[in-house]
Amino acid sequence: MEQRSRSFYVLSGFFCVFLLFLYGPTLTIGVLSFQGEKGGLTFPMRGTSFNWFRELFEQQAVGDIWGSFRRSLALGFMVMITTVVVSVSAGLAFRKRFAGSAVLFYFAITSLVIPSILVSLGVGLIFNQLGFKVHWATSGFGSQLTWTLPFGLLIMFAVFNRFDKSYEEAARDQGATSWQIVRHVILPIIAPSLIGVALFGFTLSYDEFARTLLTSGSYNTLPLEIFGMTTNVTTPVIYALGTFTTLFSLGIIGIFLVIVWLMGKRRARSGSDAGKAV
Amino acid sequence: MRKPRDFIAYLQAAPLMAVLLAFLIAPIFMIVVVSFWGATEFSIYPAFQFDNYAFLFGSPVTYKVFFATFKYAIITWAFTLAIGFTVAYFLAFHVRTQAMQTALFLLCTIPFLTSNIIRMISWIPFLGRNGIANQALISWGVIDEPLEWLLYSDFSVILAFVHLYTLFMVVPIFNTMMRIDKSFIEAAYDNGATGLQTLWHVIVPLTKPGIMIGTIFVVTLVMGDFITVRFMSGSQKANVGRLISNDISLLQYPSAAATAVVLLCTVLIVIGLLLRFVNIRKEL
Repeated sequence: MEQRSRSFYVLSGFFCVFLLFLYGPTLTIGVLSFQGEKGGLTFPMRGTSFNWFRELFEQQAVGDIWGSFRRSLALGFMVMITTVVVSVSAGLAFRKRFAGSAVLFYFAITSLVIPSILVSLGVGLIFNQLGFKVHWATSGFGSQLTWTLPFGLLIMFAVFNRFDKSYEEAARDQGATSWQIVRHVILPIIAPSLIGVALFGFTLSYDEFARTLLTSGSYNTLPLEIFGMTTNVTTPVIYALGTFTTLFSLGIIGIFLVIVWLMGKRRARSGSDAGKAV
Repeated sequence: MRKPRDFIAYLQAAPLMAVLLAFLIAPIFMIVVVSFWGATEFSIYPAFQFDNYAFLFGSPVTYKVFFATFKYAIITWAFTLAIGFTVAYFLAFHVRTQAMQTALFLLCTIPFLTSNIIRMISWIPFLGRNGIANQALISWGVIDEPLEWLLYSDFSVILAFVHLYTLFMVVPIFNTMMRIDKSFIEAAYDNGATGLQTLWHVIVPLTKPGIMIGTIFVVTLVMGDFITVRFMSGSQKANVGRLISNDISLLQYPSAAATAVVLLCTVLIVIGLLLRFVNIRKEL
């Protein structure tokens, strides 16, 4: 192996500083959430305690944290499943050239780049004028999809751009129907990427703020609840909440990574010898 | 033969089309309509008047706020590009094993999947009057008094933007760099190019599509933002997003809608200009 150049060490240093920049603040509030009972929002630590976590788990005066957590969870799963199904379906459609595909593609890009508050405002206005009540599971759900679906679609483009069509041609030659090809050839091959789409769908929804702001109605989702707290809570309980929800997100990411890893292992063990002869 | 295939494609695309029509196109249409409506203190009423636009373009505040929005976008873009390019370059060309590459790439991606608001809040213990930064600077003897401009200033707003959005540069640039044929770089070295020459004349031009996609993400996210500016400036700074959200909280929907229309047009023009340089679908 050739000698590492000096630029390697400089860039490694830069990368470490970048990681510190990314994670440092989050770690700081992680530490500060164990602040002692008399401690404030900044260092020094006045002792350590679980006081702020206890306050978080007790029924407290700071609002409806657990209700909003449950709603965010439910909404996250709704958005996740819808995102996977709709993106795969649309991804399959885009493999064929159909009239109007360019328009749909530009809609998706617009959906990605449009300022979130416009979606919030527009959906809110429509619901008001039609006399519907905004609710996180209807208007909030739809608004979040405008953020997660373009991501899902872009991932599907990336997946299908690399997809080896000879697999499905082989299946077709052996008499498989279109549905059988999708079910038994395409879906198993792209499954790990679908886990990625699902992860994006869930976490983007779980953390979404602006698109739910005017569309969630009288029941807040967790990010809205947290934002409300920033204006009226001045104790480290908000750090405890931040630590809790960050750990929760990390747990979800961990679960998805483990699923992908297990899939890869299972595939390596029981997979066919296809492609090995090349 | 063409017809049934087309039909299936339409069926497969229909759910996406339905969602986007209902929750993207219809809302945009609604905003455009409402931007011509009138408002009293308590309600809005249908009309066709240009008052909202006249007021918007007649107010010096509008120009100041649009200027501030572009300022945030450009400064954030410059920093995210410099940092993002360097990080992607390191990952793509200096990390040798694929396992390590994947691990480090994931490490960069994970914060993107956690809450933006929490990530903003987490700067408070750093930047506050008694925060880590001030305490460190004082103990090193660099300053005598705590710096006031660390938190609730343009500085903290841009810092938060860079913190939140650098990833949107890293991912597309890394993606493009990974597809650069390594033999180009060897060819450059074989012909006597220095490291910097190779970087500037070979790698940067080949990475342009990734840079463009990252730019589109960062610029649109910053231009459409309102919450970062509000939170990190302690409500002391404004951008267009905040102008809209202020109108909304005062129930002045028509005026908010007019501002939103102008913002949307601005963003779309910027994207249109950027898209001239790159074909997104080919780059994925």
